[in-house]
Amino acid sequence: MIQIKGLKKSFGKLDVLKGIDLFIGSGKVTAIVGPNGSGKTTMIKSILGLVKPDTGELMVNRKVVNGDINYKRQIGYMPQIARFPENLTVDEILHMIKDVRAEDTDLDEELFHEFNLAEELKKPVRTLSGGTRQKVSATIAFLFKPKILILDEPTAGLDPVSSRKLKDKILREEQNGKTFVLTSHIMSEIEELADDLVFLQEGKIFYNGRLKAMIEETGEDKLESAMARLMEGDAA
Amino acid sequence: MNSLVKITRYELNDVLRSKWVILYGLFFYLLTDILFRFGGSSSKVILSLMNVVLIIIPLMSVVFGVMYLYNAREFIEMMLSQPINRKSLFGGLFTGLALPLSLGFAAGVGIPFAIHGLENASHLGILIMLLISGIFLTIIFVNLAFLISIVHEDKIMGLGIALLNWLLFSVVYDGIVLLVTYLFADYPLEKAVIGLTILNPIDLARILIMLKFDIAALMGYTGAVFEQFFGSYLGLLISFVSLTVWAVVPFLLGLRAFSRKDF
Repeated sequence: MIQIKGLKKSFGKLDVLKGIDLFIGSGKVTAIVGPNGSGKTTMIKSILGLVKPDTGELMVNRKVVNGDINYKRQIGYMPQIARFPENLTVDEILHMIKDVRAEDTDLDEELFHEFNLAEELKKPVRTLSGGTRQKVSATIAFLFKPKILILDEPTAGLDPVSSRKLKDKILREEQNGKTFVLTSHIMSEIEELADDLVFLQEGKIFYNGRLKAMIEETGEDKLESAMARLMEGDAA
Repeated sequence: MNSLVKITRYELNDVLRSKWVILYGLFFYLLTDILFRFGGSSSKVILSLMNVVLIIIPLMSVVFGVMYLYNAREFIEMMLSQPINRKSLFGGLFTGLALPLSLGFAAGVGIPFAIHGLENASHLGILIMLLISGIFLTIIFVNLAFLISIVHEDKIMGLGIALLNWLLFSVVYDGIVLLVTYLFADYPLEKAVIGLTILNPIDLARILIMLKFDIAALMGYTGAVFEQFFGSYLGLLISFVSLTVWAVVPFLLGLRAFSRKDF
């Protein structure tokens, strides 16, 4: 589980997060949606410690995060844009991550095989397409069997077949009790994967609850129109 | 510490494979070799090298440093999402660049000297001083480059500031010192000039080599004042200590900025 209390962050004069209180339960897929620039990535990066919050408290699996980096062992992260040291090969990148992480747990190489990454092992990263980089990045996120997976637009740039494989993987691991936090702009994907929905707008949580409940409340049958309805309701 | 070593190893691989460092070492090799072939004695070669070293090393270190850190941005993000603390990562990035640059320079200069030989054993000390100064300058300017690129998000801006920095220390600074001595010629200026010298790592490196060389005519104004004021040994010690401060302080500032930065 992840708990966020009173998280605030501004970049210069720009207030990106204006006080976020959020509880993300275990064993579920929580989707974070919102317009561009609403603070989704900043929130995710705060959880990972990539962004240092101005104020606020963060708990991961009942432990307050304060300087100790070991909580990251429980997290697998797939960033929005996956880039690696350009001159290293895929093989070396995977070795490096394994080496640095130095864990005894056996590895989850399912995605590695499903994406046929064995063919790409000897290629330097700079020659890889954006989609292949995403595949490497997804493989790394799942590799150490973390309890929590944070995926920032995981299927962006993937071909339909690979995208399907990744989504199936997410659904499978959810059955195994893993916790997922993901962002996406593809509504059908969120409808398919997510249990809970967090709607961010201008750095505040605008809606937080069950995805199904939200669609029912607004009386629409598609998430996209439900969200439009929700936003209109706010404006009126 | 363990992850520091691992990160350094991978960064070294990455840097070596980019071939820039190899070209950099090759440049020093060819330059030194050519200087020998033009019939220079080893002392003349060292002297000519010194002038190149004082200009080229700061320039290349600062440019390499800035480009390297901007290019490592995604790598840094990836590493920070792993259980790695920022200090180890920063140390690894720094060593991964400063070490091959220093080695490239030291090997590029050292190998021709090993081949052609020194005509006078006392020149060995000067050669070692040249190598030490070059390595100091590498470390100092890589640190400055890191500091600049951590503070400034924009790549072009960072590169511009880095180049200005180099220009300031290698060219403009001498002009400022000259101007000060000219304007205040009627006053005792020794202490002020020494103060100004300590604030410029390139000047310090020059003095470090020249004091060892013991050619007063080539020391320039600041060098001469330095020797007069401190004598050779104290002068050497002071420039050495000042260079060490120059190497450590920007590193710590960079580390601090890196630890607080949002990625």
